[in-house]
Amino acid sequence: MMKSKLKYLENSIPKFVVTPTFLIMIIFVYGFIMWNFVLSLTNSKLLPMYNFVGFKQYIELFGSSKWWLALENLFIFSSLFIASCIAIGLLLAIFIDQKIRFEGVFRTIYLYPMALSFIATGTIWQWMLNPGLGLQKFVVEMGFKNFTFDWLVDTKMAIYTIVIAAVWQSTGFVMILLLAGLRGINGEVINAAKIDGASMPKIYWKIIIPQLRPVFFSSIIILLHIAIKTFDLVVVMTKGGPGYSTILPSIFMYQYSFSRNKLAYGASSAMIMLLFVMIFVVPYLYNELRKR
Amino acid sequence: MDVIIKEKNSNKISRILIYLVLSIFAIYFLLPVFVMIITSLKDINEIKNGNILSMPQHFTIQPWIDAWQNARIGASAHGIKPYFINSIMITVPAVLISSIIGSFNGYVFAKWKFKGSDLFFAFLLFGCFIPFQVILLPMSQTLGKLGLSQSVFGLIFVHIVYGISFTSLFFRNFYVSIPTELINAAKIDGAGFFRIFFKILLPVSLPIFMVCIIWQMTQIWNDFLFGVTFSDVSTQPVTVALNNLVNSTSSVKRYNIDMAAALIAVAPTLIAYIVSGKYFVKGLMAGAVK
Amino acid sequence: MTKFRRIAGALLLLGSLSLFGTEVEVLHWWTSGGEAKAVSELKNELNANGYTWKDFAVAGGNGSNAMTALKSRVMAGNPPAAAQVKGPSIQQWAELGVLANLDDVAKANNWDKLLPKQFQKIFKYKGHYVAVPVNVHKINWMWVNPAVFRKAGAQIPTTWAEFKVAADKIKKAGFIPVAQGGQPWQEATIFESIVLGIGGPTFYQKAMVDLDAKALGSDTMKKSFDTLRMIKSYTDKNAPGRDWNLATAMVYKGKAAMQFMGDWAKGEFSVAGKHVGTDYLAVDVPQTSGSYLFNIDSFIMFKQKDADKTKGQKELAKLILKNKFQTIFNVLKGSVPVIQGVPRAPFDDIALRSMDEINAAAYTHSLLPSLAHQMAVTDAIRGAVFDVITKFWNSDESSSDATKALVNAVQNEK
Repeated sequence: MMKSKLKYLENSIPKFVVTPTFLIMIIFVYGFIMWNFVLSLTNSKLLPMYNFVGFKQYIELFGSSKWWLALENLFIFSSLFIASCIAIGLLLAIFIDQKIRFEGVFRTIYLYPMALSFIATGTIWQWMLNPGLGLQKFVVEMGFKNFTFDWLVDTKMAIYTIVIAAVWQSTGFVMILLLAGLRGINGEVINAAKIDGASMPKIYWKIIIPQLRPVFFSSIIILLHIAIKTFDLVVVMTKGGPGYSTILPSIFMYQYSFSRNKLAYGASSAMIMLLFVMIFVVPYLYNELRKR
Repeated sequence: MDVIIKEKNSNKISRILIYLVLSIFAIYFLLPVFVMIITSLKDINEIKNGNILSMPQHFTIQPWIDAWQNARIGASAHGIKPYFINSIMITVPAVLISSIIGSFNGYVFAKWKFKGSDLFFAFLLFGCFIPFQVILLPMSQTLGKLGLSQSVFGLIFVHIVYGISFTSLFFRNFYVSIPTELINAAKIDGAGFFRIFFKILLPVSLPIFMVCIIWQMTQIWNDFLFGVTFSDVSTQPVTVALNNLVNSTSSVKRYNIDMAAALIAVAPTLIAYIVSGKYFVKGLMAGAVK
Repeated sequence: MTKFRRIAGALLLLGSLSLFGTEVEVLHWWTSGGEAKAVSELKNELNANGYTWKDFAVAGGNGSNAMTALKSRVMAGNPPAAAQVKGPSIQQWAELGVLANLDDVAKANNWDKLLPKQFQKIFKYKGHYVAVPVNVHKINWMWVNPAVFRKAGAQIPTTWAEFKVAADKIKKAGFIPVAQGGQPWQEATIFESIVLGIGGPTFYQKAMVDLDAKALGSDTMKKSFDTLRMIKSYTDKNAPGRDWNLATAMVYKGKAAMQFMGDWAKGEFSVAGKHVGTDYLAVDVPQTSGSYLFNIDSFIMFKQKDADKTKGQKELAKLILKNKFQTIFNVLKGSVPVIQGVPRAPFDDIALRSMDEINAAAYTHSLLPSLAHQMAVTDAIRGAVFDVITKFWNSDESSSDATKALVNAVQNEK
């Protein structure tokens, strides 16, 4: 009797260990999401008020061309950002993996932007990409009179400058993940393919890259998480402009909730944003869980 | 014979190409910080009249001294030094505690699965994606009720709460790659939950702790949103001070001091990356994110 | 033993220090440069009167970060004693019932006499004072580099027709006619001055303050948009995102001829070693002579649980509207006193002109609140108006479409 009780206790230890985390998640993630949902059904302005108005905020939200632009921007930004980080990260990882000299130096150079916040580097990015101050001016002064690089001030192109800076920050991390993946691959298969006379590009394309699939998945999740939370970067570089051409849902939400005093409206945009996250993330999680 | 020479040549060309590509990207990655450094060493007139990419004509480290201890931030002129100390007070405990919690959670999710543990893990992961703007107000209210409002403890608490999703993920993925046979053998020998953790897993966990610590340190040290929302003057982190220094509605801007302050503010994470970058890579290779 | 004594002594000292002055916590976003220096004067004043200023500085986004911090504090149940909040937002905070009544300070210090009538209503909720104004900025200034005008053979314009003639000459001579920072608030700053100039003070009041749908949708508004479009054609294409101070630098460096900006621009000129009258001129935005768009910073005061804190808060309110502080602060900040009868000697010519204009405009009802600077309408409406203006500025939308969009945007938010 005593023994089985002890056994039961021992079996419960893992559950006890994760219980605090469980409670924290229930309250501070899911509880707060629920609170936010309730808020989105009210007419709160400056501070939370519980005067319910149904789905009014959502109706207004979907009638707003600015909100649609924010979603469109998020889509453009995150797909380009994720694709570029992975493409450049893969290229750099493959090249670094060619037994080159100064590997550590290159790796550190690629990785270090991850350590910096955009609060610190934002002004510099703004300068460098500004045609009157930065790169364009420099190249023109070097003698290339017709060189233009004015995306930052172009309503249609400004979102791409955000991608440039974001890629700068996160590519190194993806590169390291992929490098780690590359080094974990069994060399025998590759040697066998070499003996069969396959060219290196072909070996990479047909044999190595497919094996990196789990790493790609992790990278995508981490990058998507970064993309959705992108906030400081836009604030410091374009403040959402020119006009509001570089607005993102996170900026939209902050702007309406805190500086425009439309708290409930901001809350409704947060709910829609979470919904989108769910659409993209849940299938991945499902996949991840099924695998193991 | 001919073929071999050709191959050698093409090999040489491809080597050169590799170094070329790597170097071009190195420039792209280095340029912004290079500009920050040279700007911080110029005097203000040189910045206003010169090219941002030109080297300083008259080197001066005065902007660094001003940024550290003289610059006016709000109503007092003591530079970013006190805020730097606040950031350390917040970051160190928050990083350590969230990493330790993450290690235990990861251990459970990897090696002591129970009914529903996978589902719980999925819930935990989804927690990574909550936009932080959403939690500012309810969290303020909660901290107020807990009596932690505007305190260092409050900030540490918030960082732990929203950090454990990631730390648990890192440790779980690392521990999954450790052979379960090892653990089963220990169980047969009568070792319990904690004994196995401390005797078998912990000794090999250094690389993953490094990954976790560096990741968390980057997140917490660089955080602005929580720092600005849950602090007061005695607890504001360095990012908020930096923001206060560089932002002004109607005053003259001193870009050299701004840049020096920014470089000082990022120094700890930067140094951490350079010094422990090796472990970071090792840790990731050992399977932090697979 | 001596060591112990020293520690004990230090502890005692610490204890007495905290007893010495009740803390008065003040949230503001004047965090750097001259603004911060101006605020530290207030700190010194308060501390000299037996209280302890607790600084709560949060900059960024023209106060939006400070508002986030403020809301967080109110939610947590411990609001600061005072917070920098201006314009109609004061009414919104007062409606929540969290603000302290300052009537006794106001009465004792004669605020009703000192403050111009047009200003008073901003700081009163249901007839009671709930906020203290600090300073006045004039918005409808045009900053001119006379050397550029001379080189181009152009006259400094006083109407928009003259402006066009001058700007064409300046452009031909190879200069940028208008230095512009392409951020929504800067675009709106120009636009509201245009509306004031083209429609006159009565129209401005109707459209931009009372939000009368007819005025908003009128031909005058359309003409204002036309004028905005015309001005845009005289800006350079690198304007988007540019901070206002970099635009000012274009003027004093002789790259550009004019900038439309509030009176804080003079700080940039003087730091660059430029002198008013010779190196640069400050004139009214075309067609707005005699009208005054004002921007007033103010502090709201929150109800405190602690009676001592309430006392400290009232002391702060009192000090802000004393001549001494009004002088020191406004000289440093580049604004002018909000009360009348402050000695004129310490102020520069531009400030003196601004002070005279307040007095003159007050009698002709052409003293008007700036929409761009949060004085005229709630932040929600202001934001909606900004969206319309910035969309127009950054696209080829027609003036009549923009006018319609303006009417709709305001209607939605009302």
